[in-house]
Amino acid sequence: MTSIAKPQIPLLPLERNQLGLTIRDYSGSMSTLCAGCGHDSVTAAIQEALWGLSIPPYQVAKLSGIGCSSKTPQYFDAAAVGFNSVHGRMAAVASGAAAANRGLVVVGVSGDGDSLSIGLGNLAHAIRRNVRMLYVIANNGVYGLTKGQFSASADIGSRSRKGEPNLLPPVDPMLLGLSLGATFLARGFSGDKAQLVPILKAGLSHGGFALVDVISPCVQFNDHEGSTKSFRYVREHELQDIEADIIPVRGQIHSEQTPGAVTEVELHDGSRVLFRAVPEGYDPRDRVRVGSYLVESARRGEIATGLLYLDEETPDMHQLSETPEERLWDLPFERLCPGSAELARFQARLR
Amino acid sequence: MAEVQLPEAPSRARVNEFAIKLANVNGTGSASTNNLLMQTIFRMGVPVSGKNLFPSNIQGLPTWYEVRVSQSGHTARTASFDLMVAMNGQTYQQDIEEVASGGYLVYDDSWPLNPEMRRPDITFLGAPLAQLCAQRFTTVKERILMKNVATAGLVAALLALPLEELSKQLVAAYSRRPQLLEDNQAALELGYRYALDNFSCPLPFHVEQMGAPDGRILIDGNTAVALGAVFAGATVGAWYPITPATSVMENFVRLCAQYRRHPGPDGREAHDYLILQAEDELAALGIVVGASWAGARAFTSTSGPGLSLMQELLGLAYYTEVPAVLVDVQRAGPSTGMPTRVQQADLFSAAFASHGDTRHILLFPSDPRECFLHTVQAFDLAERFQTPVLVMSDLDIGMNDWEVPELTWDDSYRPDRGRLLGTEELERLEHFWRYGDPDLQWTTPRAVPGETPRAGHLVRGSGHDLRALYTERPDEYQEVVDRLLRKHQAAATHLPPPVVELREGAPFGVISMGSCDLAVREALEEFPGPAPSYLRITGYPFPPAVAEFIEAHTHCYVVEQNRDAQLRSLLLIETGAGGERLRPVLSYGGLPITASFIRDRILEQESPQ
Repeated sequence: MTSIAKPQIPLLPLERNQLGLTIRDYSGSMSTLCAGCGHDSVTAAIQEALWGLSIPPYQVAKLSGIGCSSKTPQYFDAAAVGFNSVHGRMAAVASGAAAANRGLVVVGVSGDGDSLSIGLGNLAHAIRRNVRMLYVIANNGVYGLTKGQFSASADIGSRSRKGEPNLLPPVDPMLLGLSLGATFLARGFSGDKAQLVPILKAGLSHGGFALVDVISPCVQFNDHEGSTKSFRYVREHELQDIEADIIPVRGQIHSEQTPGAVTEVELHDGSRVLFRAVPEGYDPRDRVRVGSYLVESARRGEIATGLLYLDEETPDMHQLSETPEERLWDLPFERLCPGSAELARFQARLR
Repeated sequence: MAEVQLPEAPSRARVNEFAIKLANVNGTGSASTNNLLMQTIFRMGVPVSGKNLFPSNIQGLPTWYEVRVSQSGHTARTASFDLMVAMNGQTYQQDIEEVASGGYLVYDDSWPLNPEMRRPDITFLGAPLAQLCAQRFTTVKERILMKNVATAGLVAALLALPLEELSKQLVAAYSRRPQLLEDNQAALELGYRYALDNFSCPLPFHVEQMGAPDGRILIDGNTAVALGAVFAGATVGAWYPITPATSVMENFVRLCAQYRRHPGPDGREAHDYLILQAEDELAALGIVVGASWAGARAFTSTSGPGLSLMQELLGLAYYTEVPAVLVDVQRAGPSTGMPTRVQQADLFSAAFASHGDTRHILLFPSDPRECFLHTVQAFDLAERFQTPVLVMSDLDIGMNDWEVPELTWDDSYRPDRGRLLGTEELERLEHFWRYGDPDLQWTTPRAVPGETPRAGHLVRGSGHDLRALYTERPDEYQEVVDRLLRKHQAAATHLPPPVVELREGAPFGVISMGSCDLAVREALEEFPGPAPSYLRITGYPFPPAVAEFIEAHTHCYVVEQNRDAQLRSLLLIETGAGGERLRPVLSYGGLPITASFIRDRILEQESPQ
C-alpha cells in the first residue's frame, strides 16, 4: 500500500565515504518488492556505487518508468529528487532533465518491458544522443506486475511458469547498443554484487550514456526450471571473461592489477577503468570485436557479463549542443532575453 | 499574339478594396512571387493579407495564394476573387469558377484555352508568358522559375504596383548573386511590359499608396511563437517535425543561433539553449517534462497527430504538477486529415488530454502578435500553476504572413517561476511536502533536483499523497486531485482576459476564438440592423466574464472552425448555459473562415423563411 519508512536499526559503526556519509545516507524507503527479488540487490548495488564514489546524495536525479524495477527509486537515496514517470518514457524524461542541468548525476532505473518493449524507441535515441546518465535495465525477461507475460528480452525456448515456450527472439540491449553507437555497455547479474558495483561506479563516472543490463531474476514468475533468466540458469551460464576494475579519481584500487594483460581507459571525470580480459585480443574499445564476442557467446548459450564496451571519445549531448559549463535552467535571464532594442531591430526587416 | 478582350461586365472601380488569387503548381518557385506581391502592397501602406493554400506534397500538385487588399482593414479570407492569375492548367475549371462576376482572369495563352471553359461575365487576359520566357532564358529550370517572376511583373502592372518597389525587393534578395538578380529583373520587366503594351492597365481595382505602414509588421504566427519562447527565456526545446508546426522550432533554432550564442570563458562560443529533434512526439514532450521538472523553461510544438501521441505525458505533467509549454498549430483532422488545411478541432483533445480526470490550460491567440504574447504568458502560467499550458494556434495564423502592430517588449519583465523554491527557502522550511501547503491559487512548493538534501522526494504519476508518497487511500488520493481541480479553476482569472464587446440593444451575441476573429468582426460590421455583441474567448478555463456574456443575451452564435462545435460544447460544460442559448456556426472545410459564411449562417437562423 503506502510507502514504508525503513526502520533505523543501529548497526556497527558504518564506514564513511569522503563526504563523511555512510551507506545509510544513500538509502530510501523499505522495498515493497517480493522477498528475494533480484531488483533489491540492484538497488543495494546502486546505493553502494553512489556511496563509494562519494556523490552528494542530493546531486542525484533518479528516474524510472513503470514496472517492478521502476518502483526502486523509492528505495534508494531519499535525499534526491526523483521522478517515477510513465511506461517507456524514462529515457526521454531523463534526457530533458540532463539537458536542463548538466550538473545532475542522472540515474535511470528501468526494466526489460519498460526499456526493450514499450520504451525501445526512446531508449535507442537516448543512446544515440549520448545523454550523460547511468541507465540500468533490471532485466528479468518477464512482466512481473501483470503476473508473468514474456518480455522482449525473453530467450527463444525459455519457458513461462505455466510451461509455455517463448517463440520470439530476444532483444539484447548490449548488441542493440553497439549498433546504435552506445558509448558504455555493461552487463551484470544481480546475484553478483562484487562485479556489479564497480560496473555501476564506472557507469556513473562515464562521460556519456552508460547502459547497464543487469540480469535480475524474478523470483515469482521467472525463477523456475526452463527459464533462462532464473538464478540457477544465470549462475550456470554466466561467462565472466571480462573483468573491469574502476579506480575513482581520488579512490583506491579495488583489486590487484595483473600487469601486462591490462587495458586502461580513462573516464570523463579522471577515473580509470582497468580491463582484464580472458579472450585474446579483446579490446573493449573495438566495436566489431565486442559485437562478435557477444554473438559468439550467446550462440554458445552463455551470458557474457562485465564492462563490455567503452568509448570515452564520443561527445555527449551537451558537448554536441555546445552548451556552456553552467546549468541551463538557472542561467541569468538577462543572458537569455534579447530585450526590446533587439526586438525592434529584428522587426526592421518585417516592416 | 495576345487576345485582348474588353470588359463586358461593368467595371468595379474599387481602389484598395479587392482580392486576387494566384493558381500555381507547387515546387516551381511560386512562393517567392507571392511574397513579392504581398510585400509590395504592404509597403504601400494598404492593409493586406496573404493566404497560402498549399498541398501536402513537394512538387507537382496545385497550390494557390490568395491576397486580399482592404483599406477598411477587412483582411480575413474572402471566397470572392476579382482577379484570378491562373497559371496551372490542371485547375483552370475550378479557377475560372471562382472569379467574381465582372472580374478578370489572367492565363498563359502559350497554349489555347478550351473555349467551353469561358464565362461571358468575366474578362480573360491571355499572356504568352511561357513563350516569352522560353525566348529569353535557356535552361528548363530557369524558364519555369522566371515565368513566376514574369507573372509578378504582369500582375504588378495590372494592379498599379510600382515596378521600382518590386525591383528593390529583388535587389535585397539576390544582391549576392548578380546573374540571378539580372535574370529576375529581366523576367519581372518582361511581364510588366507585356501587360502595359497589351492590356489597359491598371485594372479598375488596383492599389494606391496609403502612406508608410507605420508601426505595422508582416509576420507569421510560428515565427512569433519562436520569438516569444526566446524572449520568455526558454532554454530547452524538443520537437518532432510536423506540418504546420515545423517552422516554430526551425525559427527557434534560427533565433537562438542569433541571440543565444555567447563567448564562454575559454573563448569558445557557448550556446545558451539545447534543442533536441526527438524520435517522436512522445519523446518530445517527455524531454520537455524532464527539462521543466529539472527547472528549465522548456517547450514543444506540434499539431493534431502529435498532440494525440502526447496525451499520456500530458496527464503525467498534470498529475505530477510539472510545468510544460506546448504549442499546437492546429490542422484539419481527424487522423492525418488534411495536413495543409486549417481547423480549430483540437479543443477536446487538448482541454482534457489524457485519461482520467484531467484539465489543461489553453490559450487561443487570434493572430501572430498574440502568438508572441501568449507564448510568453504560457511559460509564466505553466510555472505559476505547475501544469501544462497549450497555446492553440492554427495553420492559418502559424504559416501565413499577417499584418499586425509591431511587437513590443517590456524590459522589466522577469519570468514568474511560481512557487519554485530556492535552496535557502527550502532549508528554512520545517518540512518540504511537495503537494502540501497550498497557496491562494492552490499551488504547492516545488523543488528541482540537485539543490539540497532538504528537498528529497519522488514525484510519481501513480496515486500520491501530500508528500508525493505512493498511496491508494481514498482520502489521501482525493485531497490531491480535488486541489488540482481548484487550481485549474483558479487559473481562469490569470489567463489573457477575453475580449468583450457588449453593444446596447444587441439582438444576440457572437462568441468565437482564435483565427476566426477578423472574419467575425467583418461580418458583424456589415450586419444589418442593431449591432450584435461580441465575445472572443482567449483562454480556458473560462473566467466569469464568459458566463456573464452568455447570460446577458437571449442567445449567442458560437463561431468556430470544426465540425463538432467543440468550443460550444466546452462552454456548455463549463458555464451551465442551456444548449438552446448557444447556436453553432461551423466552418470546417479546411479553408480559413470568411465573413460572408458567418453572416449567411447567422442570417439564416435569425430570419427563418
